[in-house]
Amino acid sequence: MTRELIEGTKFYHQEFVRLEREVAEAEPAWIHRIRQAAFSRFSTIGFPTPYDEEWRHTDVAPLTRIPFQPATSKPQTLLKEDLVEATFDQLAGSQLVFLNGRFSRELSEIRPLPNGVIAGSLADILATSPEKIEFHLTRYADYEAHAFIALNTAFVQDGAFIYIPQDTAIEEPLHLVFASTAEDMAFITFPRNLIVLGENSRSTIIESYIGIQNGVYFTNAVTEIVLGKEARINHCAFQRESPKAFHLMTLAVHQDCGSRSSSTSVMLGGALARSEVHAVLKAEAIDCSFSGLYLAAGRQHIDIQTMVDHAKPGSTSRQLYKGILNGHASGVFKGRILVRENAQKTDAAQTNQNLLLSENAVVNTTPQLEIFADDVTCKHGTAVGHLDAEALFYLRSRGLGEEAARNLLVYGFASEIIDRLTIEPLRLRLSELLPQWISGDNLPWRLRDHAR
Amino acid sequence: MTPLLEIRNLHATIDEQKILSGVDLTIYEGEVHAVMGPNASGKSTLAHILAGREGYEVTADLVTFQGADLLTMRPEDRARAGIFLAFQYPIEISGITISYFLKAALNAIRKHHGLEELDAIDFLTLIKDKMQFLEMDQNFLNRPVNEGFSGGEKKRHEILQMAVLEPTLAVLDETDSGLDIDALKVVANGINALRRKDRAMLLITHYQRLLSYIVPDYVHVLLGGRIVKSGGKELALTVEEKGYAWLEKEVQGTAPGQPIEGQSE
Repeated sequence: MTRELIEGTKFYHQEFVRLEREVAEAEPAWIHRIRQAAFSRFSTIGFPTPYDEEWRHTDVAPLTRIPFQPATSKPQTLLKEDLVEATFDQLAGSQLVFLNGRFSRELSEIRPLPNGVIAGSLADILATSPEKIEFHLTRYADYEAHAFIALNTAFVQDGAFIYIPQDTAIEEPLHLVFASTAEDMAFITFPRNLIVLGENSRSTIIESYIGIQNGVYFTNAVTEIVLGKEARINHCAFQRESPKAFHLMTLAVHQDCGSRSSSTSVMLGGALARSEVHAVLKAEAIDCSFSGLYLAAGRQHIDIQTMVDHAKPGSTSRQLYKGILNGHASGVFKGRILVRENAQKTDAAQTNQNLLLSENAVVNTTPQLEIFADDVTCKHGTAVGHLDAEALFYLRSRGLGEEAARNLLVYGFASEIIDRLTIEPLRLRLSELLPQWISGDNLPWRLRDHAR
Repeated sequence: MTPLLEIRNLHATIDEQKILSGVDLTIYEGEVHAVMGPNASGKSTLAHILAGREGYEVTADLVTFQGADLLTMRPEDRARAGIFLAFQYPIEISGITISYFLKAALNAIRKHHGLEELDAIDFLTLIKDKMQFLEMDQNFLNRPVNEGFSGGEKKRHEILQMAVLEPTLAVLDETDSGLDIDALKVVANGINALRRKDRAMLLITHYQRLLSYIVPDYVHVLLGGRIVKSGGKELALTVEEKGYAWLEKEVQGTAPGQPIEGQSE
């Protein structure tokens, strides 16, 4: 095992040396220092093993055995229609597209934005005005204890940078699309997003991670969201990676007093996918809500980890995650709520429900509440079940065929999350995808030849 | 005339426990039959078997609906052919609104009959009148199926479904249970309004009470998994007056060797 892991990290060492040579001269000293510190941290801790408590049910060994190459920047002939097909109907707002990890100006569409708003590529900002991100970048996603955040930080190059100044509202959703194609070699991308909302500002932002073809690749993504006082964000993540892909993503949310965050994720792609949410509530009167729907079939493995840290009094957190597993799929949910000693009047709730559509699907669900304050309201509930035979009979006795009845029940189970998707095209697409997915059509989009 | 429903010598077993042991019943179009019986007599089992519930071991000399072999049909095929079971305990389905559910069901049945599927507007027009008649608020349509419904709402919802799906044979399983007198009247009025020359009904009930509001053409008493006595509407009153014990004794007297036992459903 150890030998294998060393082999697994060796390649990243080589790559890091190469990257250092490439960027050392050009980039600001501060980012260079962070890069080195993060890589050094990665070298020390190495890849997690099932012996690590946080990774007990998710074995990343298959991922460490593949020598992922950095994605090449060869020209692509991807069309905007391909993106629509893999995601959903185009939104009215701006769309930033990243192709195999790098910003694509051709595929992106930047619409007029209010004064002072920045919506662009992190690489551009690093090259032209790095001072705009110096304060926030890498400050919230802690790489000290997390190999994949460390790796992402060490290799940080591109992603989206969104900045909304104070008292500014953007009505139209901003769409960040991370599209991966298939290449001759298995490749790795390190999307890094920084979203900063100033005091009393508002915005809706969607991140889509999609596989355009049946490629083997590894998306190692980190998004940091920073909310100023009274700021409000409506965030969505749509993950539909290639069925052969690895997808690890961490969302780190930092909120100031009176701010509100809502993040809903939909996850249905990847061979191995893990989504982490880390929220540290270090101010009062914060409201945060995290929810997600995860679908896994075949031999997919999906892992959801949440950590909501109530560090100050009087904040509210909500979590609602629903999983549907079919075939031989396996799922993991671990939801942690930490209420620190002085975080009185905390109101925290967490629900995880799982629907198993086959005998061979499994799910491990662990709520973990650590409460050190005495005047708090904390609730949690988990459930794992199969489709209700009585309900199936009820529907069939009304004339619905068996398949339609199953679809309806599954849709009913998922609807609590689907209804939270305020972005209509995404909600509609999911309503279409769900029955296709249940009937075993795990790859409903056509694998386009011209996208090669 | 071909009977709408014909049952000859129906037996049913679940978990090696005999529930029905030789039921005979013939129903013609336009007739309203009531099957009465004490708890665990097998009357709900009979209703569920007609609707196609799985899990029973069923044998019979003959069970036909409109001349077709009913027992080989899937539940959805029976519904499409015109059988409707109003559940004693309607199932809660979260996340699906009544309007979505009913429209899907109606269109599945219409499609089977080669009719055009209704769109949302046509459907709404159709259902509005029916809801008014059952004294149901329109907000009802946007509520999840049976979730958080009172007993009365659940039963009214079952009758609404029947009104929308327009079955040829409606089997009403203890529709009176759990209803107060006002709710019972509304539900009974709804059912009576759906009586038609080309529609038969099979009322399953423990008590005579329902039959004061919905007057049946025939009454059958089910005891120990068999119909032991049939008659007109007055039989219900006799049962109410004398109780089922009276028939248990009578049956034991007339049919030695056929012990009548309490069966659990």
